[in-house]
Amino acid sequence: MLELKLAFKNLFGSGLRTWLNVTVLSIAFVIILFYNGMLDGWNMQAQRDTIEWEIGSGQVWHPDYDPYDPYTFADSHSKIPSTISSLIERGDAAAILLTQATAYPGGRMINTLIKGVDPNQKVLKIPSALLIEDNSDPEYIPAVIGSRFAKSAHLKEGDRVLVRWRDANGTFDAREITIVSVFRTNVPTVDLNQIFIPLEKLREMTSMFDEATLIVLSDMAGVPVQQDGWSYKNQDYLLKDLKDIMAAKKGGSFVISGLLLAIALLAIFDTQVLSIFRRQKEIGTYIALGMTRKKVVGIFTIEGTTHSILAILLGMAWGVPFLMLLQKTGIPMPSNADQAGIAIADKITPYYGAGMILTSVILVVLSSLVVSYIPTRKISGMKPTDALRGKIV
Amino acid sequence: MDNPIIVTLEKVTKRFPAGKTEFTALNKIELTFRKGEFSGLVGPSGSGKTTLLNIIGSLDCPSEGVATVLGKNISSLSHKESAELRNYGIGFIFQTYNLLPVYSVYDNVEFALLLQKISAPKRRKAVMDALEWVGLADRAKSRPSTLSGGECQRVAIARAMVKRPALVLADEPSANLDSQNSHMIVQTMKRLNRELNTTFIFSTHDEKVMQYLDRIIYLKDGMVERDERKSED
Repeated sequence: MLELKLAFKNLFGSGLRTWLNVTVLSIAFVIILFYNGMLDGWNMQAQRDTIEWEIGSGQVWHPDYDPYDPYTFADSHSKIPSTISSLIERGDAAAILLTQATAYPGGRMINTLIKGVDPNQKVLKIPSALLIEDNSDPEYIPAVIGSRFAKSAHLKEGDRVLVRWRDANGTFDAREITIVSVFRTNVPTVDLNQIFIPLEKLREMTSMFDEATLIVLSDMAGVPVQQDGWSYKNQDYLLKDLKDIMAAKKGGSFVISGLLLAIALLAIFDTQVLSIFRRQKEIGTYIALGMTRKKVVGIFTIEGTTHSILAILLGMAWGVPFLMLLQKTGIPMPSNADQAGIAIADKITPYYGAGMILTSVILVVLSSLVVSYIPTRKISGMKPTDALRGKIV
Repeated sequence: MDNPIIVTLEKVTKRFPAGKTEFTALNKIELTFRKGEFSGLVGPSGSGKTTLLNIIGSLDCPSEGVATVLGKNISSLSHKESAELRNYGIGFIFQTYNLLPVYSVYDNVEFALLLQKISAPKRRKAVMDALEWVGLADRAKSRPSTLSGGECQRVAIARAMVKRPALVLADEPSANLDSQNSHMIVQTMKRLNRELNTTFIFSTHDEKVMQYLDRIIYLKDGMVERDERKSED
């Protein structure tokens, strides 16, 4: 293709100016890939951790349960419907009973949520298997807590802490629990101010025998038959908040990508305007030699757009090793980043999906095509005689 | 003269806007040029030489009158048709050479043929032949910036001639050259005119060029003042 051949010759002939533009655009391209890769990696990690630690492949909620309204917790418990009980017996679901409580670590008072979980459950990653009861000591209540809560409450493995709660009849009761393990999770919502104890122990403490607040389903559970007003919530519903946050972050990334791209494209636009101004005689010569104006516009547009193709190639040359290194080492997050309430790992592993890369490539090429074309429209209106004399201003 | 007429100008007038009025650059020019002529438009600056060449070269259109070049009425051609006419029928030689700076000598000469979509082997032969005509075959890989003015103009001649056009228009081709180079390039064009029977129309006020011309058309204030042909020896 003649236009492409000429464009490449002109670009390589322009030397430093071309490579400056290409370098700036390649940096923008790689940063866009990096930033979007980091967000995608974070999104995937956050969703994966939330599924593994908190929501499973879906949940079935007690009719009164509303996780956003703590006032509902006291009443959101009842016997588990038979259709769901069979799933629990098969090991494809895990029952959780909630009750609000107050913990008194070191004489301080902290509002907590006690979650009763079956020590044998395999649906969630919570280390419930460590909740081994001591048959010789009926007062012994083993508990596991997350590292964030342990840190804020100054608790550690082996500590005993007094907790007070109300049973099914509204009567206050209090017992000491023993922290048998402190687990690390990237999901703050299963960590902050939460205490996990054996399900049967909590049922006994609250007189809520055979009852539960919610059921977490495994991959094998499928969609259960809803019964007695218990409602099934699928993963999309349960991940909605997280997805909304990530969508907002993505929106921010578009703005940053747009700004980066705009800076790089401004250089191309500027070069195009300058080229057309400085190369009027060349344009006139092309026309005199038998080129149509349309073809000359094509040469200049392709020439500008070729910056982006070179930038992508250059970006691949230095960006691929750089991005792969980041993927291998991960990107460390600030120590307090997990206090934000979103699931953030200590290190985020960027994910560079084919779709994201392709979208970024198309975005860079198309936007450079547009900024390359806009100044070349001037050529269409040029009189070749004026162009040959370099008279156009 | 038996050769066919390839350029006919009938009452060609060209006006340019000059503020609120108009400036008449050409005024009812009546001329014909036959195939194989080696002729020149001569006159002082502003006499209309370049304007006339531009119209003959289909780079511009007359305001009035009819200019017919290689059988085409210039005024009725679309952009595409006039580009085609220039591509296949007309070669240009400019005062400032107008070589494309990022291309080699070879690429500059080849350019005209690329537009004609000629196969690579044929292009290569034609380009090397053209460079042989002007004595620059050994500089094929050089960039224009490394050539002298005379060499650049010879490249421009090769570029104009490589596609074997019926008509070559040379606008002040010797204006930027010293005496020796001026003689050399006009002699080259004269030789090509004889060997290939190509029509050359110059715009010039250089005496060194004029002495080679078979026909001199004197222009003054946009009108033909005299049209002189050299008698055959």
